[in-house]
Amino acid sequence: MGEKLRITLGAVSRPLESLKIKTGDWGAEYPVVIEENCKACGDCVVYCPDLCIELVETGEVDEKGRKKKVAKVNYDYCKGCGTCSVVCRHDAIKMEIKEIYKG
Amino acid sequence: MSENMRLFGSGHGACPGCGLPIAVKSVLEATGPCFVANSTGCLEIISSQYGKSAWGVPYIHSVFENAAAVAAGIEAALKALGRKDEGPVVVFAGDGATADIGIGCLSGMFDRGHDVLYVCLDNEAYQNTGNQQSGLTPPGSSTTTTPAGKVLPGKVKAKKDMPAIALAHKARYVATASVAFPRDITRKVKRALEFEGPKYIQIHSVCVTGWGIDGKQAIPVARLAVETALYPLIEFEDGQLVRVRKIKDRKPVEEYLKPQRRFRHLFKHPKGKEVIAELQRVADENAKKFGLDA
Amino acid sequence: MMKVVRGFYAVAYSVKLCRPDVICAYPITPQSEIVENIAQMYANGELGNCEYITAESEFGAASILVGASAAGARTYTATCSQGLILMSEVLWNAAGMRLPIVLTIANRSLSAPLSIWNDHQDSMAMRDAGIIQMYVENNQEVHDMMPQAFKIAENHKVLLPMMVCMDGYKLTHAYEPVDLLSQELVDEFLPPYDPPVKMTTKEPYTFGSYATPASYMEFRVAVYNAMERARKVIEDVYKEWAEISGRDWGGNIVAENCEDADVCVMAMGSLVGLVREVVKELRDEGKKVGFIKIRTFRPFPADEIAKAVDNAEKVIVFERSLSMGSDAPVTLDVKSAIHKKAIDVYSPVVGLGGRDVPQNLVKSIIEEVMENKVEPGTYFRGLKDYEEVIV
Repeated sequence: MGEKLRITLGAVSRPLESLKIKTGDWGAEYPVVIEENCKACGDCVVYCPDLCIELVETGEVDEKGRKKKVAKVNYDYCKGCGTCSVVCRHDAIKMEIKEIYKG
Repeated sequence: MSENMRLFGSGHGACPGCGLPIAVKSVLEATGPCFVANSTGCLEIISSQYGKSAWGVPYIHSVFENAAAVAAGIEAALKALGRKDEGPVVVFAGDGATADIGIGCLSGMFDRGHDVLYVCLDNEAYQNTGNQQSGLTPPGSSTTTTPAGKVLPGKVKAKKDMPAIALAHKARYVATASVAFPRDITRKVKRALEFEGPKYIQIHSVCVTGWGIDGKQAIPVARLAVETALYPLIEFEDGQLVRVRKIKDRKPVEEYLKPQRRFRHLFKHPKGKEVIAELQRVADENAKKFGLDA
Repeated sequence: MMKVVRGFYAVAYSVKLCRPDVICAYPITPQSEIVENIAQMYANGELGNCEYITAESEFGAASILVGASAAGARTYTATCSQGLILMSEVLWNAAGMRLPIVLTIANRSLSAPLSIWNDHQDSMAMRDAGIIQMYVENNQEVHDMMPQAFKIAENHKVLLPMMVCMDGYKLTHAYEPVDLLSQELVDEFLPPYDPPVKMTTKEPYTFGSYATPASYMEFRVAVYNAMERARKVIEDVYKEWAEISGRDWGGNIVAENCEDADVCVMAMGSLVGLVREVVKELRDEGKKVGFIKIRTFRPFPADEIAKAVDNAEKVIVFERSLSMGSDAPVTLDVKSAIHKKAIDVYSPVVGLGGRDVPQNLVKSIIEEVMENKVEPGTYFRGLKDYEEVIV
């Protein structure tokens, strides 16, 4: 006995169910944030087509007493397009080849 | 999860480096919760599979050519039911859905003056189905239905002037934008929403597969379209040109064409020089007409 | 209140009483006067908060109503002929999305050649779309049907678009006495539309998702099953209407004198009155002939028809449309309904493109069947002898 297929009225879908699709395994490359270069300008956040970069607090405080932030990539969804590394004006994101694609 | 991830989510099926999600999230950043009507096309396919929706706003896809009319219907319903305060009504439609098959519905929506923001996501061909030419494909582009051959240099006819068509309908706010400048998209949408009535924003959106570029080139190539004046960023309010993005040291169109596979043939085709000259003429005319040169 | 009115007014007035939220249409002969009357009511401020929209095409009109219905509005349009088939892409879509848009169809032929006159080819072309179809015989019936159509379409067990089909000109433009409904009665019968799910920013659902082979088939079968469930809902609504209005139009079919009939004659639409009269005449002459009015065409009342013709040897189906390369549409369904019975089916196609169907023609068609002067199958009556040349 298989499980019943649940279908909705007129194929209405629930919001944001795409989040269960982990697209992080699509690409051959992945971005690495060089935290000491990151100015938390947010460019990578704005450009990322996969909405998988956010600015997070480092726990440190800068010279003006503001909480330091840095770009953080959610690798569950990153497709490795490299847009973030291209738009970064501070050389704070470099692309690396995934281990399995090396050699 | 950031604010815009609650309106449009990760896990969508766009190609790596696709411009569409950049455009969509930049628009939603300005609209906040809103009603979206989407035509059939790339965006619809990457975001609305049953049980895998990437949308965090109420969204509807009906058929290819009717998103403007569906949006008009939503707006009318919200008015009749006293629910206008729930949020603005936004259309996302591709270039073919806008300039070709859906232009009748778009004209009707403009003409009746619905309070709808129409966003044309212009990736310059029917990219979802494999790069077939649309009315917004630029001349010289080799598409699967206007391929470059021994005689023909790709698409021969000009790119349809949709902003002018929107202006002729007296759309209250008309602008072009580019995924190369996402914050500019957000600003323009915010401005557009200050106008009650029909609004039209056409966003140049990179298609990495159709244009034949690498994901990393997407934003630089989109930027070159603006910097060569082939894609002028202009803004009209109630028919008046109010703002343009100025260009410092305008670049020759070759710089934009060269990195893209869809234009590569122009550099060896017998008619290539002629087409490139025509594209340069279009760029020069844009620069003059809109006063783009800084 | 009894009044002599034209068909289009009987429709418009009834639609107004149903308190729709969004009405959108495009003019087409002979439907235009329906929407023109609604437009006048709108101009007079008689439609409450209803948004009345003049679309740029029937395709646009149907699309606007898809958006409005998905957003939770009660929606209405009227069209016919070229306009209906121009809507067809959107109407199939609306049925699949389970949007209960109500339409009045002023039945008219299809081009080419262009003809503005009446037959049923237009609505028959929409047979498989997932739209409930019913046909009326006069203007009182169409007046009574509009509130019932909203109640059937919007029933949560159904949620499908519904077409109320009335013959163009023959009914739309005919003056007939109609007992106009009161707002109180319609309000008591028809509650406001309460969609089980709608577009709202409070619960941001995705409408019009695409389905892969993993679920597409189930969604389409769900539409099929909704249409099956509609049979009972329609019957219940028809009954409820009879009680509340005092006018009983019958069920999905109305069978008269069929119990002992050798020949059962079927018709739909405005032809019903005439055929019923001729059958009565033949009865009076002592002929064993019965009559069936088909009211609901989709879902097709197969069981009711099979039961009604149980004792007959022959069935005549008056057809107002045809299917190129097969039997006409109603005949196909009737044949399917009675396929286990040894009954011959005669399918005279009459009155295409407004061709007159006089009483003596109807009588001769029935008589030639009773007298075994014609073979079962599809044939044409009222047709001129013609010869096709190049130019």
